[in-house]
Parts: sequence; C-alpha cells; structure tokens
Amino acid sequence: MNHIGLRQDLQLLAELVPNDSRVLDLGCGPGDLLVHLRDHHGCRITGVEIDPDAVLQAIWAGVPVLERDVDDHVGHFGTDSYDVVILSKTLQVIGQPAEVLGQMSRIAPTMIVSVPNFGLWRHRLRLLRGRMPMSRELPYAWYNTPNIHHATIVDLEDFFADVGLRIKRRIILDEQGRQRDWSTKVANLRAGSAVYELTR
Amino acid sequence: MPTVRLYDADQPLTLASGQQLELVDVAYTTHGTLNETGDNAVFICHALTGDAQVIGPRTDGRPGWWETMVGPGKPIDTDRYFVICPNLLGGCQGTTGPSCAREDGGEIWGLDFPLLQMADFVTVHRALAAHLGVRRLHAAVGGSLGGMQVLQWALDHPQDLRHAVIIAASSRLTAQNIAFSAVAREAILRDPGFASGRYGETGSVPSTGLSIARMMAHITYLSEEAMSEKFGRRFQSPGRTGGGFGIDFAVESYLAHQATSFLNRFDALSYLYLSRVMDYFDPFATEGVAARAAEVGTDFCVISFDSDWRFDTGHSLRIVDQLLDSGASVTFREIPSPWGHDSFLLDVDRYQDTVRAFLSHHGPEEDGGGV
Repeated sequence: MNHIGLRQDLQLLAELVPNDSRVLDLGCGPGDLLVHLRDHHGCRITGVEIDPDAVLQAIWAGVPVLERDVDDHVGHFGTDSYDVVILSKTLQVIGQPAEVLGQMSRIAPTMIVSVPNFGLWRHRLRLLRGRMPMSRELPYAWYNTPNIHHATIVDLEDFFADVGLRIKRRIILDEQGRQRDWSTKVANLRAGSAVYELTR
Repeated sequence: MPTVRLYDADQPLTLASGQQLELVDVAYTTHGTLNETGDNAVFICHALTGDAQVIGPRTDGRPGWWETMVGPGKPIDTDRYFVICPNLLGGCQGTTGPSCAREDGGEIWGLDFPLLQMADFVTVHRALAAHLGVRRLHAAVGGSLGGMQVLQWALDHPQDLRHAVIIAASSRLTAQNIAFSAVAREAILRDPGFASGRYGETGSVPSTGLSIARMMAHITYLSEEAMSEKFGRRFQSPGRTGGGFGIDFAVESYLAHQATSFLNRFDALSYLYLSRVMDYFDPFATEGVAARAAEVGTDFCVISFDSDWRFDTGHSLRIVDQLLDSGASVTFREIPSPWGHDSFLLDVDRYQDTVRAFLSHHGPEEDGGGV
C-alpha cells in the first residue's frame, strides 16, 4: 500500500509498525511518518524534534511533538510506555548513541532504526581521493554536517550486538532507496542505507 | 461587563473542601460568536492578578491584558472562536471574593471567606460555560495560575475540552516559589492597615503590604537579563543621583509605579486567597489522575519560556512527563524569550505561532462529552 506524499523510506518504516500500536518517533522532523501512522495504522503517536521549524510544522499537522533534544529527553519516557520506538536517520546526529539505544529498549520492546551507510563505495572512493565523503544519503560538507557519528553497516551491526540488541529484521536499500537482497559484505559496499527492526 | 449570579441560597456552590457559598456572582467578558453546535468556544483562564478584560475596550480605557494573543486574526481568533474570560472566584474584579458581602447588603467576608482550591475555580468556570450555552470547549487556555486551572480542568473533566493549553505554569510549586508567596502574604498580614482582614469596615487599607507584595512578585516575573536591558543602572532623573533612600534608579521607579497602579485595581484579601491556592496545588499527587484525559483524547500543549525562573522549564517538563506517563497526547515547546515569566503576556514569534497552529486542529471528536 503506497500513500501519496509519504517518502519511500518512510513508507518502508511504516510497514514495520503494527496497527493500533503506541509509537514514539525520536527525531520525527515535521512528523510525516507519524501522521501516516496515525491516519492509516490507527497508531497513538508522539514525536521528539529539536528543529524549531520542523516542530511547528508537526504542530500544524496535529502531531503531538516535544521540542526537545533526543539525548536530553529520552530518559524521561516511562518503561514500556510505547510499543514501538523509531529512530529514523537520527542515530548519526545524536550525542550518545549507546545511551539512547539503551533507553529506547527500555521504552519499547520494538525498535526501528534507519541509518545511512557510511561504508558505501562512493564514500570510500571520495576518501581515497583525499576528500571527505558526500552523497545523496550524506549531502553535507564536513564543516556543516549534523552527522557526528559515522558508521558502516558492519560497524552498526557490531554496535547493536554490543549494546545487547537483537536484529529481528534488516532491510538493505540501494542508493535509490530500492530494497536489495545483498549479503552483509555487498551491502556494506553498496547500500545507501539500511533499516533495522531491533528487539531486546 | 456582564455579571451573572451562578449560585444562590437555593443552589449554593459546594467547594472542594465541602464548605458552601450561598452567593456567587461571576463577572466575565465574551468576544466573537458561539456557533450553532456550541463547540467553538475558547475559555481563557487569567493569572493571579489578571481579570476578565482580556482585550479592549476596557472599562478603564487601557488595553486588555492579552491583546497579543486574543482578537480578530490573532492566534485565539475572535472571528473564529467564541472567547470567554471570567474573573476568578476569590478575585476582586466583579466575581465574588473575600472582600465581597456574604449576602446582598450584608457584612463583608474578610478572613471568614472559605479557603479555595484549584478545583473550585474549575467548578465555577464550568457553570459559566454551561450558562453561556457551550456544549464542549474547543480549548481552555491559560498562563501561570491560569495554566494551572486549565490543567486541573483537563484532569478532572477532560470531556469538556478538546485542547488544553498550559503556559508558563506548574503542577507543584517548589519551596522557593512558596517562599516568595509567603513573604508577599506576610507583608500584607503584618500591615496594621490590614486590620485582621476587616479593612473594608475600618476604612484603612493595607497599602504598604500590598505594595511590597506586588514589587517583590514583579521581580520574579522578569529575568535578570530583561531588567538589565530595561533599566540597567540608569538613574530615573539626572538630578537625583546623590544617594539617600529615595527613588533614584529607574528600576526603583518602575517598581514604585507597579505598586501604585496595583493598589488601584487589586485587593489584599484576594491576593492572600488566590496565591494560597497555588501553594497547595499538586494534582499529580493523586495516582492515575490523567488516565481519563488520555482515554478521552484531550490534546495538551505545554509551553515554557527559557528565561522564566518563576516557573522554569522543569515545571513544564514535569507536567509533560506526568501526562505522557498516563498515555495522554502532549505537545511541548520551550520558547526562547529574554523576558522571563512575563513572556506569556508578550509578543514572542514562536509562542503565538505555536498556539495558533495547535488550536487549528479539530482534535478528537467525542460524542456525549460536554460541559
């Protein structure tokens, strides 16, 4: 089921969320995914976002949103207060990823995390040529990027294991956002991004 | 300004304490038009020393106290919403309070007036909304003490409200908050003019005590930055820089002016009664108090200002956490503003934008709800 207006990558995340669940989206931006989950999945939604313009857009869209820094606020949520907690293209911008993931697993039994793949061959090539990587997934220059934690798919999966989370499902996407059945090794080189469903 | 007798000897007001009031008049203003379905009303709860005159024209010729938020085309748009703003029970601007007569032509209540609780304000406000034909409020909105009432209302009667907007408020005063109020009350109580609350009969006025209470409270309403910007260390007039204990600095003149104008419009007994309600307010002390609001689907919007040290952002976050723990729908913003607690009365871009956006939603439809 594809709904007009929802970005392809968000559509993919939405399909992982069971109907009627309680959903927390950390770094929800203007709230597009949450609006979709509310309107088409019957979910009860909460977003957290620090960008003031995105927060105002979310409020216009009727999304309950907390204007807070994810790092500062994630500890405020009650244990098991949600069914699903989403971290969509946000892991790379938060200050304490291990702490945040730990808190997420306390807040909800299911975590959905989407991340850009820093290991993409295009990024490696840029580095080999002596330049910091830039791509469609990582469109920023080194001096203005909000991304402070760069990881490859292999790094990430090690990290999930280190913080005690199980990968229930992994969806590998190419640079165009198409789903691919690549092995980990190939994915690490060719994936633009990946989506993980994690459990405790 | 219209005044309505909502309670009388036949139908007395029973307070949360169990005590009864056999005469309650409520002064209020309305702006805009109630629609046919009776569900476009926005109820404004004023702060400690506010009144019903939320926008002009006021009886005293001054602008209303919330012209920045309410009016045609404003975030609380009187072209769209039916706006209701009463004076508080216990107040002194037309609604029954401790300086009113017990009965028509009778003696003045004074300190015999019963102590009030936040829920009593809500009881009276609900009665007023019903009197005006409101089926269900689109929103209740309030800053400071007003926000605390909105919170109480939404917790006790969530079916009344689609939206609850709680601005620069608290769900539990800190020791420091209570301490400031205690000093203000002491200033009033120790003024010989207070005459044990019988000043209405003796003809004296506790003007010194009420002035000091107001001046001290005003310091807590502004941030240090705002005071520095507004007054710095400027002298009020170049000729008066010679020391002594007069009103030399601009900030002293400002406080003196605030005190004087306050004396003309506010009552010492009301100050005692209303500030005391805030001290005891602690709705989340009751376990699961927000469960019904979550069930009914009332949408909460909690707003703080980053320079407010009277009720800092921690107070608002406590409300947010408590509501979310019960599964309620909550929006929260901390608005950057240099003006301290008083920011809620002022024009601050993101603040007005937020209220406008939040109220634009129809919110959950709930049959059978209502005031």
